[in-house]
Amino acid sequence: MAVLIDLVLMGMLAITALRVIFLKDLFAVVMLFSIYSFVSALIFVSLDAVDVAFTEAAVGAGISTVLMLGTLALTGRKEKESKHSSVLPLLVVTVTGAALVYGTLDMPPFGNPENPIHQHVAPRYIEESPKEVGLPNMVTSVLASYRGFDTLGETVVVFAAMIGVLTLLGVRRNEDDGAPESGLQSHRVLHVVAKVVIPYVILFALYVQFHGDFGPGGGFQAGVIAAAAMILYALVFGLPLAQRVISPKFLQILAPLGVLLYASVGLVSMLKGGNFLDYNRLAHDPLHGQHYGIIIIELGVGVTVFAVMLSIFYAFASQAERSNVQ
Amino acid sequence: MTGVLAAVCIAILVVMAIALARAFYSDTVYDRILGVNMFGTKTVLFIAAVGFFMGRPDFLDIAIVYALINFIGMVAVLRFFEYTAPME
Amino acid sequence: MLVLDILSAILLLAGVFFGFTGAVGLFRFPDFFTRVHAASVTDSIASILILLGLLLQTQFDLNTAKLIFILLFLMITSPTASHALAKSARHGGLLSIPEADQKKESP
Repeated sequence: MAVLIDLVLMGMLAITALRVIFLKDLFAVVMLFSIYSFVSALIFVSLDAVDVAFTEAAVGAGISTVLMLGTLALTGRKEKESKHSSVLPLLVVTVTGAALVYGTLDMPPFGNPENPIHQHVAPRYIEESPKEVGLPNMVTSVLASYRGFDTLGETVVVFAAMIGVLTLLGVRRNEDDGAPESGLQSHRVLHVVAKVVIPYVILFALYVQFHGDFGPGGGFQAGVIAAAAMILYALVFGLPLAQRVISPKFLQILAPLGVLLYASVGLVSMLKGGNFLDYNRLAHDPLHGQHYGIIIIELGVGVTVFAVMLSIFYAFASQAERSNVQ
Repeated sequence: MTGVLAAVCIAILVVMAIALARAFYSDTVYDRILGVNMFGTKTVLFIAAVGFFMGRPDFLDIAIVYALINFIGMVAVLRFFEYTAPME
Repeated sequence: MLVLDILSAILLLAGVFFGFTGAVGLFRFPDFFTRVHAASVTDSIASILILLGLLLQTQFDLNTAKLIFILLFLMITSPTASHALAKSARHGGLLSIPEADQKKESP
């Protein structure tokens, strides 16, 4: 039964990818990409990887689609005709694909408990995590405590992405207040419904942030959902109004603050005599120290991701605004 | 009861496939947007049903995120579509 | 809890039936605006029935609250999205079938 669902979902994934190749209208391609992200998140759900599905749904189907649509508002909607023949690329891709498939024939069977990957570190984490960290969600305990240094690296990478986008695009502000109002003005129903819905979305983002210890969630997903709430506000009410509510300067201060918070947790543990990011030293006993450490670093990750996603959206959308105003 | 839930899951998958076909082949772009919207709503129901079928109702958080992302995606598509250059 | 099981099975199957009719209607209706009607009405009723059916499966705990939250959210946002789509199509200049015929008749 689960195999049947998996097969159907993968089939949907394959035919969506095929349809994307043969479509010339880039707008439809972007929407099919969002369907692709939806279906891959469903595959993660059926593989029982709930946190990954969460992140894929929020980032892949939400933020990526919005950013690509913002880009399409600047470029044209029709794909240019390619002038070269595609026989040679097809040949190269087929040979590479066949070599890869031949390589996977040597891999151990899928999901077998005897696989080497399940023998060394994974059983130790699964057995020791309730005693050392004590959180019901073991994904959070691995991500935030056992591999906390990697998560610090991920947060810095997200921050670096924001620096890259801001350096390349920048956020243009309209100096004149006489610019035409953007956003969906004539959709009165949407205005009312968005005003009702946005507070609950932010509440849900806070729930995901603090409930990440007990169920799927955590800092990254919470930051993306909170950014999605602000993006909804900017889409419905207009970008200038949204930039008055949360200004780009504020976001540029907020993003490094999250990374600083994360790194300073590590420094505080060093000052208390342990290693970098050794949460055992943070409180009077190791278990409480782990809980404090995890909740503070998740806060740092959530704050940084929120600021970065919203900054990148501002950068893309203000370019689209600029081309509309002209 | 699990039999009924299994049948419901398969049926929702079939409906999703039909909505997907609508998103693939349509005359106007609005029909595609309609297909994507229906696909998103049915996905929310599918996750809820699969969660109960597999006995892990933690999936409901993901269903909430999907409903949210579906709505925001629709608003984004409409917002940018009204201000894009038309297809020549 | 046999009564609850039977009731929830009836609700689930009814919801799936309406989902099917909506999907079939996506292809069989002649015009875009009629298709929006089919899709949005059947989406709403299918979500309500299926989620109510699943609601009867839970014991009274956090999952009940989450299902009610999803139900309310879908009831508010799904018709709004369809309305926004139809309004956008209208602004984009899409004509319904009687209007298109009228435009063809009077050059």
